[in-house]
This record gives sequence, structure tokens and C-alpha cells, in this order.
Amino acid sequence: MTQEQIEQVKNNPKYQKLVTERSKFAWTLSIIMLVVYYAFIMIIAFDPSFLGTKMGDGVMTIGIPIGIVIIFIAFILAGIYVKRANGEFDQLTKEVREELGDIA
Amino acid sequence: MKKLLLIVSALLFSVAAVASGTIEGEIEKQPLNVSAIIMFIIFVSGTLGITYWAAKRTKTAKDFYTAGGGITGFQNGMAIAGDYMSAASFLGISGLVYLAGYDGLIYSIGFLVGWPVILFLISERLRNLGKYTFADVAAYRLKQAPIRTLAAFGSIATVILYLIAQMVGAGKLIQLLFGLPYEVAVVLVGILMILYVTFGGMLATTWVQIIKAILLLSGATFMAIAVMSHFGFSLEAMFAAAVEAHPKHQAIMAPGGLVSDPISAISLGIALMFGTAGLPHILMRFFTVSDAKEARKSVFYATGFIGYFYILTFIIGFGAIIMVLNNPEYLDLAKQAINGGSPILGGKNMAAIHLSHAVGGNFFLGFISAVAFATILAVVSGLTLAGASAISHDLYANVFNKGGEVDEAKEMRVSKYATIALGIIAIILGIAFEKQNIAFVVGLAFAIAASANFPVLFLSMFWSKLTTRGAVLGGSLGLATAVMLVILGPIVWVQIFGNETAIFPYKYPALFSVTVAFVGIWFFSITDNSENAKKERALFEAQDIRSQTGIGAEGASEH
Repeated sequence: MTQEQIEQVKNNPKYQKLVTERSKFAWTLSIIMLVVYYAFIMIIAFDPSFLGTKMGDGVMTIGIPIGIVIIFIAFILAGIYVKRANGEFDQLTKEVREELGDIA
Repeated sequence: MKKLLLIVSALLFSVAAVASGTIEGEIEKQPLNVSAIIMFIIFVSGTLGITYWAAKRTKTAKDFYTAGGGITGFQNGMAIAGDYMSAASFLGISGLVYLAGYDGLIYSIGFLVGWPVILFLISERLRNLGKYTFADVAAYRLKQAPIRTLAAFGSIATVILYLIAQMVGAGKLIQLLFGLPYEVAVVLVGILMILYVTFGGMLATTWVQIIKAILLLSGATFMAIAVMSHFGFSLEAMFAAAVEAHPKHQAIMAPGGLVSDPISAISLGIALMFGTAGLPHILMRFFTVSDAKEARKSVFYATGFIGYFYILTFIIGFGAIIMVLNNPEYLDLAKQAINGGSPILGGKNMAAIHLSHAVGGNFFLGFISAVAFATILAVVSGLTLAGASAISHDLYANVFNKGGEVDEAKEMRVSKYATIALGIIAIILGIAFEKQNIAFVVGLAFAIAASANFPVLFLSMFWSKLTTRGAVLGGSLGLATAVMLVILGPIVWVQIFGNETAIFPYKYPALFSVTVAFVGIWFFSITDNSENAKKERALFEAQDIRSQTGIGAEGASEH
């Protein structure tokens, strides 16, 4: 790819839109996952007994649903990303490639 | 080829026959498990059949390394899950839950949460930039020889450590389940894995993974349902029974002693998350699909299967507390006489296996045993293929050959020799480590993946100022730190070398070694003012465009 072609791609408004929006979206979701996970790890590190708090009269503790919910969050976030990326972002990528013509 | 497979099948049948002979002497210890042997033979024959089919379709290097790039997202998701749901996670995590309850869930979550992040940040870029190995990506705009050497070294170290753990696990498992001598079991695994990989390449390896993943998920689902149905599908009732049965009682419902201090907790979290994103056999799977769209789908399905699987292992572990722990049938009387308590036959990692017997009798025990063995076979095949690719594609084709024209047929031949060599190394190490404490091995593999492979790969895609010097020096520092801290840590320094106290007090070095790697790469890159560094930085934009859009990326081959 020549410098001229690189400039052409970089100045394409759709390419700019694709890159900005996708990286914003990807990083937001990553940060949500990291915050959820490291919050969990910090609780284990600093206040493990919190997860042992009983939820009712039985043996069930608050830690069990929290753990299971984190597993679900991981799956749901993955689903959210794939839905948007395989729809909107891929459409945008296609348009960028069409506009760039011979470079792509 | 066909003949060879026939011979091997015949050999396997005779091995099974021998097994039934040798077991008679010690029948009071381990009754002959006919259903396990039959089901295992069915699995092996089936997968050898697939290997034969795959061998006919594996003609080019692209076929061999990436199954021609024609695997669908769903299939690849299954195969990734297959790679990831190793015997170590199936038996190990259910065993951990059995032993410590909630602590098992902490591990599962750590193993899982890396996946969405890999999806958001890495998977599509990897697919758009790479060809056969993750070193293709790391070395995209940097100097081929040094980067590939480092990446190959990190890959081979990870692969061999992982192989040791799987081989030792396989040997012991088969010894216990089928009554085969340890060495025979290890050799058998080694030979089968060499056959799958050398003849069937990535296509056979992928299908072995998919079949194994389906078997494992169905088996584990059945076990979890059997346990839950015992308690009218009430989690509360199941936990209550487990709390009553377990010597630690209510403590199993909260984090216990496994992760005892903040540094260890954070360090373990980093190792599990970044380690996953640096495992060569997992990264390689992203090149088997046709484009970024399928790569994303793969991770989505994989995350679902893996998450579901971990929920199952959690229930299985608790089921084992209730049905195995106080059941005299599974008690290791010899061990109990020495140490007291209620140890189970084969140790805590056999909890899931015993539970399969408790809920489904001998037939189901046979099924789960065969599945566990199949799991090991599938995982070692994936590992070996990744290791062999690092040797043939990175070291041979791009380092020794100095990036010149490589005869594709020759590269594939090298890859097959490398597979055989790795198979033999795995057999030898598997036998050598039989009586060794291998608790550190998987941890070390993850630490190396997180501290050497991941930082270089990640920064090569995201940081325009990265240079060859920075990547090589920083990556090597990360690798060295990880290895050194594991040696000086409590498991190797105290438990294996027998010293009084550990020089490095933490079990998991990742927090420190990953930091060293990132800081090292950063420092040696920004201080690099060579002409070469300028050139490498200038190349980032073109690389970034390809990684964002897939312009110029490798597609699927036409057949």
C-alpha cells in the first residue's frame, strides 16, 4: 500500500466512522467486562466473607448467583458485540471497500 | 495410509485385549470396564476414519495449518471450546469444587472472562492480519527472524508444558480407568496424536475437537441433570445436602483458602485472562475460518459453550460432594489407613469420574471415562499442531530460510517431522514426569503465554511505536521473569526442591511478569532510534488499515 493510498483510506469518512465507532464500542464492552471481573476479584481479595453472606434461611450465599451472573454477563456481552459487528460494522466495512475500489 | 490406520486399529484392539488380561491380577482394585474400552475403541476408530477422510483433503500448507480456512464460525466455536475444555478443566475444576466448593467457581470465571475481551479486541484483527500462526501477526511489520524466534520459543514452551500436564494426566487416568500400565497409556496417546496431526492436519484435529466437545458437553449435561433431579431441581436443596456432607460445611459456599491474599487474587486473574489470549493452539484456531465475521461468531459460540460447561462442572462438583464423598464404594482404604479422612480412589480429580458411576452405573462410567480420554487426545493434538506449526512455519520457513522462497511441500514435511518429534518428546516427558509434582506446569504455561506471547501480540496490533528491539527485549524479559518467579515460588522452591521458605512468596507470577513485559517493551521501543525502528513505525498505518477492514487478508481456499 502506498502512502497516497493510505491517506486515501484514512480520509474516507466511512472508514473514519468505522474505526472510531468500533473501537469505542469494543473498548467500552472490554472495560465493562474487566470492571465486573476485577470487582469480583477485589471482593475475593479484600472481603471474601461478603460472598459468603447468606441470602435467606437456607445455605445459599450471595456469592453463588454473583458468580453465575458473571458467566452470563460474559456471554451476553459477547452476543451484543457480535450482533452489532456482524451487522452494522460489516456493512460499513463493505461500503468502505466498495468506495476504495482498486485499493481493496 | 489406509493400511497404517488398519494396523493401528488392530493394535488398539490388541492393546484393549492386553488390558483385559493385565487387569485380572488386581481386579479387587479396578474392575475391568468393558463399556469404557468399547466406547473408547469406537471413538478412536471413528476419529481415525475422520483422519483418513481429512488426509485426502489436506494437500497444501494452508490445508494443513488451517483446514483451508473453510471451517464455519459455529464449528470453530465448538472446536475452540473443545481445545479449552481440557481434561484439566473437566476433572480439575470439578475436583476443585469437590474439595473446596466455591473456589472452583473463581477459577472457572477467570478462565471464561478472557473470551469476550479476546472477541472485542483481538479476534478480528488476528484473522485479518494472520495466516497460519500468531507470529504472522506479531511479525507483520517487524523483523521476521527475531520476532518469530521469540514467538516460536514462547509457543513451544507453552505447548510442551501443557503436553506434560496432559500426558501425565492421561497416563494416570487410563491406568486407573482401564487398568493399562502407565507407560502403555502414554505411548498410546502419543501415537494416536501423531497420527491425527501428521495425516489429518488441522481438518482432522478440528473434527476430533468438535466430536469430543459434543461428547463432553452431553456427558456433563447428563450428570448435572441427574444430580439436580435428585433434589427436585432445587439448587437450595442440593447446596444444603452438600453443606451437610462436606467436612468444611458452610465454608464451601464462600471463597476459601485457595486465593488467600490480594496480590495472589489479582495475579491469578491476570494469568488466566491474558494467558488465554496468548495460548498458541487457541490463537491458531482463528485462522481456520474464512473471515472476520466467522471469527467473531466462533468466539461467541465458544464463550457460550465454555460458560455452560463451567456451570455444569460446578453442579458436578457439588454432586460429587453429596454422592461420592461419604460413599464407602469410592473410598481409598489404603490411603485412609495412613492419613485418615475420607480420600477417594485416584484423588480429588477423580470426583467427576466416580460421580458418573454413582449416577449412571458402569455403563455411564465407561462413557465418561472414554470421553475423558478422548478429551486428552483432542487437546494434545491441538497443542502438537500448534507446536509443529511454530517449528515449521516460524522457525524453518521464516528464520532458517531467512524469509526466502520456501517450497511449500518441504515446509509441510518439516511440520510433519516436527509433529513426530513433539509426539516423542511428549511421550518421554510424560514418562519422566510420572512421579513428579506437576502442579506448577499448567500455571507456568499460562504465565509464559501471558507474559511473553500476549504482550508482544497485543502491542504489535495496537501500538504504533512498537519496534523489534522493544518486542524482543521486553518479551524475553517477561518470559524470563515468569520462569524465574515460578522456580523461586512456593510450588517449585518449597514443594519440589524442599526448601524452607519461598524466595518469591506468590504462587502466580503473572502480575509481576506481565508488568515487566509491558514496561520492558515500552521502554526498549521508545528509546529505539534506529533507522529500522523508524521504518517499522511507518508501517503501522498500512497494517492498521488491513487489521480494521480485512483489505488484503487471507481468504478461504477454493475447494
